[in-house]
Amino acid sequence: MRRISTIAWHTFKESVRERVLYNLVVFALLLIGAAILFGSISVGIEDVIIMNLGLSSISVFGLLMAIFIGIGLVWKEIDRRTIFSILAKPVHRHEFIIGKYLGLMVTLLINTAIMTAGFYLALAYEQRTLHWADLVALQAVYFILLQLAMVVALALLFSCISTPILSAVFTLAVYVIGNLLNDIRWFGQETGSALVMNLTALIYYLLPNFGNFNVISQIAQGRPLPSYLLVSNSCYALLYVSILLAAAILIFEEREFR
Amino acid sequence: MPAIETFDLTKDYFSGFFRKRPKRALDRLNLQVGDGEVFGLLGPNGAGKSTTLKLLLRLIFPTTGRATVLGRELDSVAMHARIGYLPEHPYFYDHLSAQELLNYAGELFGLDKATRRRRIGDLLTRVGLAGSEDVPLRKFSKGMLQRVGIAQALVNDPEVIFLDEPMSGLDPLGRREVRDLMLGLKGEGKTIFFSTHILSDAEMLCDRVAILDRGQLQGCGELRKILSLGISATEIVLENPHADLMAKLQPFSSRAIRTGASVRLEIPSDKDLTQVLEIVLREKGKIASLNPLKMSLEDYFLSRVSDATEQARGGRNIDIRLEGKP
Repeated sequence: MRRISTIAWHTFKESVRERVLYNLVVFALLLIGAAILFGSISVGIEDVIIMNLGLSSISVFGLLMAIFIGIGLVWKEIDRRTIFSILAKPVHRHEFIIGKYLGLMVTLLINTAIMTAGFYLALAYEQRTLHWADLVALQAVYFILLQLAMVVALALLFSCISTPILSAVFTLAVYVIGNLLNDIRWFGQETGSALVMNLTALIYYLLPNFGNFNVISQIAQGRPLPSYLLVSNSCYALLYVSILLAAAILIFEEREFR
Repeated sequence: MPAIETFDLTKDYFSGFFRKRPKRALDRLNLQVGDGEVFGLLGPNGAGKSTTLKLLLRLIFPTTGRATVLGRELDSVAMHARIGYLPEHPYFYDHLSAQELLNYAGELFGLDKATRRRRIGDLLTRVGLAGSEDVPLRKFSKGMLQRVGIAQALVNDPEVIFLDEPMSGLDPLGRREVRDLMLGLKGEGKTIFFSTHILSDAEMLCDRVAILDRGQLQGCGELRKILSLGISATEIVLENPHADLMAKLQPFSSRAIRTGASVRLEIPSDKDLTQVLEIVLREKGKIASLNPLKMSLEDYFLSRVSDATEQARGGRNIDIRLEGKP
């Protein structure tokens, strides 16, 4: 556990020194600020606009950070051969993978917290105050974090087997398909073909269903989420992250560093 | 108990996309490195030196065979806590300073804060980086990186130190510094296992060497035995020898090199030496010097590698085996 936390802390320190991270946070905060402008020209639905734009910015920029940093997480260590001196030390390979994952998750957690604070500042500016009901947006932020946890695990898995560019393409492709899984399954059922139906069902169950985590519109319209969704999505994300990390560890355990 | 022991250690690499073809990088290597010994692994590029080191550090896995370090199997985390490793062309996290890197390494070894602080200070002084501890590694020269690499390999006060080409790419001053560091470690009784293709370094540092070529062990032995393997020839330097004398000596010498007024003759056979000296004295030649030519590590290395080449071509093998060759 000590070694995992050491690697996680080192990964966190490494990722906070990435310039791209600050650029993304600044962009996200600018966009959240711009939501005030959009809100002011949308008579009557200012809060909905700010909620929608603000939470979407947190989601998109969080995703970009997760992919940009996640894809280089292991690959960079192999490419620069820094992995040689780490694995020669008393470090299990699975400890390295878990430490790397946790380190990036801590980074994303802190950045999401900064973006969320910016979002609430914008909301408070628009409403001149904050209501208890506004805290419901935290449910959407929590789901964004669950999505990021899965995206980082995906990026980390691809990072163990591929170059950063391919890893980015694969991760983004899985993320996009994962957002359309409900539609893909519906399409399969509509075709009436058993083959297409089975194929789309396989894709539906195999790939992570990011669509189930998209609750921003619902939250923006002031509709709170049912508690079963919070529990089921948390369990789903935890299970999926565990499977992805287990796969990354299995690959990494067998990997040779020539 | 030997510090390092390999048993028929073999590694094949596979190339090709559809039909994987094996290429043997290391072939049934059997080695024993004693406690406190400085052991040099020599060989030309592609001989299997780095492969051996990476196998011992479990960065790659053997195809067949096995090895132990400090009596433990290679997957033992407890064993890894007692060793240090400097990779070839070391590259470390360039956003860290030397102090941060050593601190990270110390944390991975589970050293407490006080021990880390003390040891990092000592090591930075020892490798000559005191004063540069807060400079980011991206601003370090190659020599400084090599030194910080050695420092991170020593942070746990290891019993066995693996160094992969520690002098590679360094200028003469840098090589001297690394060599002095290694001599210091040798003085402390550490076991050092290092690969190099710089023979003068090996000659200066090693108790024993092994020579690898194309993945096969060509020879292994104590350096002092190799270097006194026998007098290969005798060198006589004559001052201003006249043509008649040279003509008389020609049948006995394998090589005659004229430098200015003097001529250097190599007499390969001991039996001919007395006769040669008699001729020189009779002809009133002037002997400037007479030296037995001992085999250098370079001669030994070249003889082993060229033997291997000849063997590979199906030619005759001249055997000057010491030990370790099956």
